[in-house]
Amino acid sequence: MIKLTNIEKIYDSPAGKVHALKGINLEIARGEIYGIIGLSGAGKSTLVRCINMLERPTAGEVLVDGQEMTKLNESQLRDARKNIGMIFQHFNLLSSATVYENIAFPLTLSKVPKDEIAKKVQPLLELVGLKDKANQYPAQLSGGQKQRVGIARALASNPKILLCDEATSALDPQTTKSILALIKDINKKLSLTVVVITHEMQVIKEICDKVAVISNGVIAERGSVLEVFTNPQQPITKEFISVLLSNELPAAFRGNEISQTETPGSLLLLRLIFLGEKADDPVLAQMIRNCPGVECTMLFGNLDEIHGVPFGRFIIGLSGNEDAVQNALEFLGGKEVRVEIIGYVRRNELDAV
Amino acid sequence: MIFINEIIPLLTKALGETVYMVLVSMLIASIIGVPLGVLLHTTDKGQILESPALNKIVGSIVNALRSIPFIILMVAIIPFTRFLVGSAIGTTAAIVPLVVASIPFIGRQVETSLKEVPAGLVEAALSMGATPMQIISKVLLPEAMPSIVSQLTTVIIALVGESAMAGAIGGGGLGDLAIRYGYQRFRPEVMLATVVVLIVLVQLVQFLGNTLAKKLNKR
Repeated sequence: MIKLTNIEKIYDSPAGKVHALKGINLEIARGEIYGIIGLSGAGKSTLVRCINMLERPTAGEVLVDGQEMTKLNESQLRDARKNIGMIFQHFNLLSSATVYENIAFPLTLSKVPKDEIAKKVQPLLELVGLKDKANQYPAQLSGGQKQRVGIARALASNPKILLCDEATSALDPQTTKSILALIKDINKKLSLTVVVITHEMQVIKEICDKVAVISNGVIAERGSVLEVFTNPQQPITKEFISVLLSNELPAAFRGNEISQTETPGSLLLLRLIFLGEKADDPVLAQMIRNCPGVECTMLFGNLDEIHGVPFGRFIIGLSGNEDAVQNALEFLGGKEVRVEIIGYVRRNELDAV
Repeated sequence: MIFINEIIPLLTKALGETVYMVLVSMLIASIIGVPLGVLLHTTDKGQILESPALNKIVGSIVNALRSIPFIILMVAIIPFTRFLVGSAIGTTAAIVPLVVASIPFIGRQVETSLKEVPAGLVEAALSMGATPMQIISKVLLPEAMPSIVSQLTTVIIALVGESAMAGAIGGGGLGDLAIRYGYQRFRPEVMLATVVVLIVLVQLVQFLGNTLAKKLNKR
């Protein structure tokens, strides 16, 4: 549906040239919710604006629904943009127009007759749950309601693509959830292709099918959300995920030296990651039964779900004689669980904690 | 009573002339000045009709006109006034310099108002495929309207003041009355009455402007 090839964007700024995008390649399939995550200044907003040509790339190709956007003239581009709805962090509603008039705005621009506009706007008001607010002005609405108006407005011209530029970044967590649910809902109902720009991993986890991590104008990592979440490769990705899934050691071990060889009184800490149906297999119980001489301490555990796939993360500590511990590691290696060896760490003295 | 009988017709006539000069000048100046403000704003850097050269040229002309004191402008453009209205003296002739002085003033005021419209709104309209004309008529002007009304109120009040100077070219009006009767004929009570009428007039204009701006503002 969307194919970006070798996108470059260079800005002239008083401080010199700024290379905002450095050869971005990205393909987004029809009906997909694709997340692009990055820190501020990473280039994600510029990237999404290259899709509807609000920013013209310095070089590269932008193919949207079979149309090469960079080659369109002004009036062709205006028509093409009607196929691409967009919502914004600060909603960008007309303060002088009512909710109804705001939603009708794209249709007014296309000179659609009044009665047809009414036929189109009424169901949209219902879809976003603002039927009773039609004659109010944006200033009378809450942030979440304003974004609902933004969504309805973006949908008014029957677009095939919805671009969301930090659409939930100005909203509180509860409102964010309800807006994300709405986006997911319209993605399904209207088989809309959605591009989500955000700096919050929560948003990606909640609704995206695929994700690209953008950093310093390049895509650092990409893949299905499940893949990227359960097996992040790049430090920047790990950092984003760590907001949701803590990578820190349990408090009792924090701050202590991690050694790769056994030291007296230390535990061998392992991070175990269970994925899919195996997440509830009794692997640990089996290990304890099969590997006598190993003491196993559960230090941290968390069971989550990404797109309906169970996803468990545990930290356990092993102690016992060296052979027994090796035996246990081999046993785990043969199971459907990913094992990350953290190292030997001493437990803090109780009174020091 | 004699005083009242004498002064009321004088004041009414002068007030009528002032209102005529101000309203007609304001109307004509707005018809040219508002589009000028739109031009100044939209051709600026980063705006929908960005054109640095045009913006600089128009901006310089506006600045030049605005730096000429009204009393000098009035005299300086007498040939132009005569060409337009056939005479350089009288109330209608006074409208020409009033319009010429107000156009750049309105232009800058409208430009200031348009600058207050958040850039995101223009971006949103662009993303929906709006043409530059649609952005001007459906986004910029409606969104800036409360502010434009406030700014134009200021222009009208400035026009009341400038129209008083028009007396110097036989324009009539309240200023002329105050000078001829109040000052030159040593009639301080006429001077006082004129000033009171001017104060009431300005208050009224400001009140109406504020009320309209408030009514238009949905923010």
